[in-house]
Amino acid sequence: MENYYLFKIILVIALFVVSLVVAMYSTFAERKISALMQDRLGPNRAGPFGLLQPLADGIKMFMKEEIIPNVSNKTLFILGPCLAMTTALMAGVLIPWGGKIELWGETFNLQVADLNIGVLYIFGVTSLGVYGIMIGGWASNNKYSLMGAIRASAQMISYEIAMGLAIIALIMTTGTMSLGEIAAQQDAGWANIVYQPLGFLIFLICAFAELNRAPFDMPESESELIGGYHTEYSSMKLGLFLFAEYINMFISSAVIVTFYFGGYNFPFQNEINEALGLSTNMATALGTLVMFGKIFFFIFFFMWIRWTLPRFRYDQLMRLGWKSLIPLAILNILITGVVMWMNGKLN
Amino acid sequence: MQPLTNRSKAVLQKEMTFAEKLYLPAIINGMIITFKHMFKKAATIQYPEQKREFSPIYRGHHVLKRDDEGAERCTACGLCAVSCPAEAITMQAAERKEGEEKLYREEKYAANYEINMLRCIFCGLCEEACPKEAIFLTDRLVPTEFDRGDFVFGKDKLVEKVDDRVDVTRRQTQDVLDFKQNKKYSHNK
Repeated sequence: MENYYLFKIILVIALFVVSLVVAMYSTFAERKISALMQDRLGPNRAGPFGLLQPLADGIKMFMKEEIIPNVSNKTLFILGPCLAMTTALMAGVLIPWGGKIELWGETFNLQVADLNIGVLYIFGVTSLGVYGIMIGGWASNNKYSLMGAIRASAQMISYEIAMGLAIIALIMTTGTMSLGEIAAQQDAGWANIVYQPLGFLIFLICAFAELNRAPFDMPESESELIGGYHTEYSSMKLGLFLFAEYINMFISSAVIVTFYFGGYNFPFQNEINEALGLSTNMATALGTLVMFGKIFFFIFFFMWIRWTLPRFRYDQLMRLGWKSLIPLAILNILITGVVMWMNGKLN
Repeated sequence: MQPLTNRSKAVLQKEMTFAEKLYLPAIINGMIITFKHMFKKAATIQYPEQKREFSPIYRGHHVLKRDDEGAERCTACGLCAVSCPAEAITMQAAERKEGEEKLYREEKYAANYEINMLRCIFCGLCEEACPKEAIFLTDRLVPTEFDRGDFVFGKDKLVEKVDDRVDVTRRQTQDVLDFKQNKKYSHNK
């Protein structure tokens, strides 16, 4: 039992560090990718290829003057970024990062907690993320910040529904709400994307909206709201907000991969592992590597979209959410139900 | 009504097709475009290491030339000051003393010669007006200063060093020289 706790603690710390490092280098990747897409070079001065740029950014953020507006609610003003960061880090514990791992003569799952209601937990935690934005924006006592906060919460409410409905169809096909099982089910057969293409599309679009990423970056929209909810923030508190966005991006990429792209599984994995003669631990490591490859692709995809599409108008955003995505998601549930019923899988 | 140009177009307000309403094909097209741009050569010039080449007629920091023996060419005739539309040039003339033949080419020279770089519009009219081939605009940048007063450049900053000549051949081409020697133009008479 001590081994169990020790393993979980190590895993939690590793997960924490990995999330932060990935988020750090996501900021670098974002700048580099945006530069490449705009025929520029991007950061290339700090260290080889500019690889130390995130460190330089971090130091800059810490060194900057910290301003708390007099008219703001100080407690809530400080609570905002903390909440954003905490909730961003919380969702990662549910993701199955790999298969089984043998350690100290015992077998563990490479997952911190496999709740049987994992999907609900993920939903709960990710929707808590908007509280950081909302509280931060509201407590700033600034019109732009308040506008950003209002937009963030309205957007979250609108897209959470469509996202939930898209997931219901997935739960119908998989028959479980545990993320570990959802990932494990995809090991031999097809990945869930094959059964749920429409659901995946809806989920992906909603993920963009929940992350407040372009083209749904209404709460920030620097060109309209001067940065929206983080207008009044400076120093590392601003850094935490920005950082939370990248951690969220990492986690939601992981969630998308787990839900729809087989998580740590890859095609012909059993054959490949046998052919290479890999031990359990090595096979798990390979699976984890593959999973991170998929995650990085999705992080790239998020950035790719950001530097391609212009921002939606607020009414267009609402129309897309309420009039297109929600009916589509319901239709998806219906189609899924009918197909399952015809195949006799509905019981 | 007769159209003024042949470029007028009838504006259509047609219904969007299903594919257009779906918006996804347009997104994919856009993504293909941005992806292609990732492999294009960056337009960046990495400044301190690389420098963009100036155009051959670039007009920057002025220089007061010396002749081949190292004597100042300027005779303080004042034509540059007269021609200057921004009234940036002032000078004081002085007579050459005995024994200063190595320093000044002719009997009269500019004891003071000042260009206010904040007034100067770098039009190059001083260069055009100069009958003695003395003043040229070069492809050097005017350095930055902290005080406005420091932008009034005196002879210390304008006259070229004897051992560190400023190359003006890019602007002093044969056409320019011919133009300046041509007696047809009033300023050469």
